[in-house]
Amino acid sequence: MSSDSDHSIEHHIQTYIRVFIALGVLTIITVAVSYLEVSFIEAFFLAITIATIKGSLVLGFFMHLISERAAIIWILIATTVAFIILMFIPLISVTDSTGLY
Amino acid sequence: MSNIPYIIEERPDTGLNNSKLGVWIFLASEVMLFGGLFSAYVFLRLAAPEGDFDYWGAKLNVPMATFNTMMLITSSVTMVMSWASLKLRQFDKYKIYLGVTILCALGFLVVKYFEYTGKFHHGIYPSSSTFMGIYFTLTGLHVLHIIGGLVVLIYLWTSQADKMWEENPELLANRVEVTGLYWHFVDLVWIFLFPILYLL
Repeated sequence: MSSDSDHSIEHHIQTYIRVFIALGVLTIITVAVSYLEVSFIEAFFLAITIATIKGSLVLGFFMHLISERAAIIWILIATTVAFIILMFIPLISVTDSTGLY
Repeated sequence: MSNIPYIIEERPDTGLNNSKLGVWIFLASEVMLFGGLFSAYVFLRLAAPEGDFDYWGAKLNVPMATFNTMMLITSSVTMVMSWASLKLRQFDKYKIYLGVTILCALGFLVVKYFEYTGKFHHGIYPSSSTFMGIYFTLTGLHVLHIIGGLVVLIYLWTSQADKMWEENPELLANRVEVTGLYWHFVDLVWIFLFPILYLL
């Protein structure tokens, strides 16, 4: 980013402020939807979807991922795959019948 | 420090400076650290008796956590603005933005202190239930990350930063950028912790 011109940085600042406002609004929406009378699965889906949007904004704009080098993108793709595997490990406990028969 | 190659300039093979690449690899390991605990949360929730997590989760203070979410979001934007100020060669603005970031981090810790002591006052501890066990583990680890980041933020706000700015402004901008990456990650973790622990 050291080669960024002043004009480019000033443009970035406008984006940071818009992202900040979006994050604030999405936080209020997150709290508001938690009061909806919906099932746990629906509430979970809503909460995780909003959190993912917020997370993507932070990653993309504050952490500059949208203009980042391929090396970092590949590191994050590998991490995401490993993270998804990790999150699905608990589901083995649902399908595991060891000890039941 | 200046003898270490590629801490500011980009390496030809990766197209990145080593500071940034190193922090991203560190953050990848952090994803797995918190991922392991998120996975544990899912496992414990699936195995918990019906309504147990709802009962204990209702004891948490949503307004306080919402306030803290706003504090971290604000600290994230001021962090990135402090970096942008350095790029615009506005050192005074850098100090102001970083100062606000530090205040937000301190504010987060103060609110968390009241949250924790409120629970202890009502006889609620990590040992009280499975939910409280994973709640204190996840938020406690997150608080440790906030404290770690705060130490670096304060260092970058002291006269050491003034000295670095005079001697090598690009080095300071690089240090602030990679510290910012870590700080945004801490914010990112909270973005997921907040709904999972407080709202579901």
